[in-house]
Amino acid sequence: MNNQEYAKYVKEVTPAKSLWLNMLKAFVIGGIICTIAQFILNYLISMDFSKEDAAGILNIILIGFAVIFTGLGYYSKLGNFAGAGTLVPITGFANSIASATIEYKKEGYVFGVGCKIFTIAGPVILYGIVSSWFAGLIYYIVNYVI
Amino acid sequence: MDYLKAFIVGGLICAIVQIFIDKTKLLPGRIMVGLVVLGVILGSFNLYEPVIDFAGAGASVPLIGFGNTLIKGVKEAVDEEGLLGLFTGGFKASAIGISAALILSYIGSFIFKPKMKK
Repeated sequence: MNNQEYAKYVKEVTPAKSLWLNMLKAFVIGGIICTIAQFILNYLISMDFSKEDAAGILNIILIGFAVIFTGLGYYSKLGNFAGAGTLVPITGFANSIASATIEYKKEGYVFGVGCKIFTIAGPVILYGIVSSWFAGLIYYIVNYVI
Repeated sequence: MDYLKAFIVGGLICAIVQIFIDKTKLLPGRIMVGLVVLGVILGSFNLYEPVIDFAGAGASVPLIGFGNTLIKGVKEAVDEEGLLGLFTGGFKASAIGISAALILSYIGSFIFKPKMKK
């Protein structure tokens, strides 16, 4: 089998997934997660929390739910269905961290959990911090030097 | 009304990212990094705050909102502390998200058992 034939074979056996259907699933599930978050946020604000405190508490609650759903095995099932719908919200970030800690505890709590907890969290934190450092430096130069 | 806005905007962001996933086959980790950096870029031009004002959780819950929070924190810290703020603002602003994710996941690892992948 040469390369061309192989490429053709791969195309044949790869299940044809409809982009539109995937987008619809991501839209609905992602939208539902955000709507639930809005409900929690409104409730917190009605409890007289400041806007910033409410946003922080919301994050804790969402992450808590994501860890529990991950532990029970529901989040990955939902993720298979929803694709970006479960990946894009902050719950997807929490899911990737929680699934790593649960998966790798058999390798020990220091080098198993301790290292693997940063498999996804590490890149996200690194690039978030570094990119905001550069953007902040430009902000400083534009506003305070020039 | 704010529920509808959150649903539509949050859903749209996810649907657009789905296009990227399907077309580029990028791994989830790269997608997340991309979203956070995108949030930092949008936030540094003050372009994302209006979206959050409009859509609430529909814009703040996606990881772009996390990036926006980061750069917002860095800017505020730079305003208050000057250059030192470049080194404090990001972690301060993202402290709740990062701490909650690490701590709750760590606790979760004691409670839950690994699931067999089917």
